[in-house]
Amino acid sequence: MEAQKQRRTAAPAAPLYTRADVEKLSASLNEPRWLAESREVAWDLYTRMEMPGRNEEAWRRTDYRRIRWDEAGTWIAQPKQDVSVVPAEYLEPLIGDQQGGTIVFTDGVLAQHDVHASLTEQGVVFASLSDAVKSHESLVRANLMTSAVLPGEGKFAALHAALWTHGVFLYVPRNVAVELPLHVVMYNAQDGATMGHVLVVLEEGAQATLLVDYRSAEGATQSSFVGATELLVGTNANLRYVSLQDWNRETYEFSTQRARVGRDGQLDWIVGNMGGEFVKQFIEVELDGQGANGRVTGMFFAEHEQLFDQDTQQVHNAPLTTSDLLFKGAAKDDARTVWQGMIKSLPKMQKIDGFQACRNLLLSEDARMDAIPGLEIEADDVRCTHAATFGTLEEQPVFYLMSRGVPRAEAELAVINGFFEELLDRVPYERVRDRLRASLEAKIVGKSIGR
Amino acid sequence: MGAALEIRNLHVNVEDKPILKGVNLVIRQGEVHALMGPNGSGKSTLANVLMGNPAYEVTAGEIIFDGRDVMEMEPDERSRAGMFLAFQYPISIPGVTLANFLRLSINARMKAADPDSKGIGVSDFRKMMRAKMDELQMDHSFAGRYLNEGFSGGEKKRAEILQMAVLEPKIAVLDETDSGLDIDALRVVSEGVVKLKGPNLGVLVITHYQRILNYIKPEFVHVLYQGQIVESGGPELALKLEEAGYDWIRERAEG
Repeated sequence: MEAQKQRRTAAPAAPLYTRADVEKLSASLNEPRWLAESREVAWDLYTRMEMPGRNEEAWRRTDYRRIRWDEAGTWIAQPKQDVSVVPAEYLEPLIGDQQGGTIVFTDGVLAQHDVHASLTEQGVVFASLSDAVKSHESLVRANLMTSAVLPGEGKFAALHAALWTHGVFLYVPRNVAVELPLHVVMYNAQDGATMGHVLVVLEEGAQATLLVDYRSAEGATQSSFVGATELLVGTNANLRYVSLQDWNRETYEFSTQRARVGRDGQLDWIVGNMGGEFVKQFIEVELDGQGANGRVTGMFFAEHEQLFDQDTQQVHNAPLTTSDLLFKGAAKDDARTVWQGMIKSLPKMQKIDGFQACRNLLLSEDARMDAIPGLEIEADDVRCTHAATFGTLEEQPVFYLMSRGVPRAEAELAVINGFFEELLDRVPYERVRDRLRASLEAKIVGKSIGR
Repeated sequence: MGAALEIRNLHVNVEDKPILKGVNLVIRQGEVHALMGPNGSGKSTLANVLMGNPAYEVTAGEIIFDGRDVMEMEPDERSRAGMFLAFQYPISIPGVTLANFLRLSINARMKAADPDSKGIGVSDFRKMMRAKMDELQMDHSFAGRYLNEGFSGGEKKRAEILQMAVLEPKIAVLDETDSGLDIDALRVVSEGVVKLKGPNLGVLVITHYQRILNYIKPEFVHVLYQGQIVESGGPELALKLEEAGYDWIRERAEG
């Protein structure tokens, strides 16, 4: 009785937004009526839902009551619309000096937009979501929060649907292959709230590689990011999607990310979590068409007081679908990580093959890592396997390296890097791999910035 | 005069159990010694202690290398000073390729000698590594494989000798490098060691069997029994052990 009462009184506080914020935002973005209305519908859904608390399974291990919404939820008053505030290294081309396109947001405002002319000629749309709402209204309207992420699926999804501030829209027409990488940077130079959206639509036989970087300058007060990512991979289409999060250590992220993969479609999704004070992500793949394949790779490293909670789902909605999910993470200092995975299949979805694993490296006695795999399989001709492992830094490999003359700190670094190397092999582009290696290394040796 | 490894009255515990009970041995650069003895006599313990494996506890005695107190040195310092251990069970390190491992080792030496060193250049390193691999009849593709991951027994031992060839130690301890090798692999590995022999290398070959000694040809043979060296002699001692086994050692020690 006592415990129940305590839990109830300790329910997380809600942000301070009002319906007026929704109207004001939509008006300032000069949005068409249907979009303004859909924001209002989402707002109504939002107000009818409770803030998720630890009495819900998906939030049971995740306490975000340290968030102060009066700070974290405050809009950035005067957004910088200036790409020069972004550190140059974040804007480096991913490969050679050619880029298919680059879109940079600063403080949630479009600051740079380049697209290779050849892509536009082929009908590819790579634009800010607000621009695309005007230039490609019917395409956006048909796909924006209509099939991947739905406003009604959760408190934060609804909040995002009502108040998303900026976003990117990538559309690749039928049988068009975008060879050059596309790069999006969402960079916040100031503290406060932003809500970024990613909407990718690949038509039948289309191909693309998109990398999204989430970063921010060092913060003095709390910030929040309530995001949504929608990846729609059509029949026989092929999407490589890399999302790297390195917010400052005052940022609270709540994001809902979902891909839908059509018949014989291929999705290769890589998620990196390095920054943020608190990160709660729902990462879900729905394999809708026969023969669809989804691979999800997650890499995370939490230190100090960081809390990462990654909730993944692989949903097999069609026969002959395959999914392969591998997360690897480390935690040091007092950090806390949670991975909760689930493979689902509907009845009669035969010959599906699902794999999920989370491998954890615990680098401090005060850190805590949880990994909870799960299966909900209603079909019988399936192969679904899962694994969760936990280890510490082993002394014998370190000794082996030291016995060859390598000092202890470098030996430990090599062994920990080695743990992640298997995932780095899956990451496209050497420059992206190098950047990830550098941020891992900074964490391992305790010299990471932005705290 | 070359460097010497001097082991004086060495006592070692493993999990509080005494394993070495007063070992005395001197190995000089240019000399080849064999250390033989039945299972459980403490041979591998000695090898690991010499290199500073943290799982072993020295309770008494001294190890001096090149005039320095080895007990005061971390394993990496021992290596950079010129000591080398070829592991009986080389450890696999996922995600670290053999080439990276070797480069780390070489660069650690260069940086210790000169803090401003940038380490070995990529092409110099590749050339050197390939030449050494060829000598050990190792396929170049090994360089890109994760260290000892999925290596066969013979491949692991070849990789150990490759490391020895690259690091050019003054004193090398080969801990049962012959175990688990078929005759062909034994020949390749042994020939690899023989090529490295010379006035600048002292070797301690730890083995159960005579067969590796047919290649490496020690000048001194010692028998370790119940944590002490109970017999020392020339190559004929190894042949006697091969013929008569260890029973006479046991009988004498206990009689």
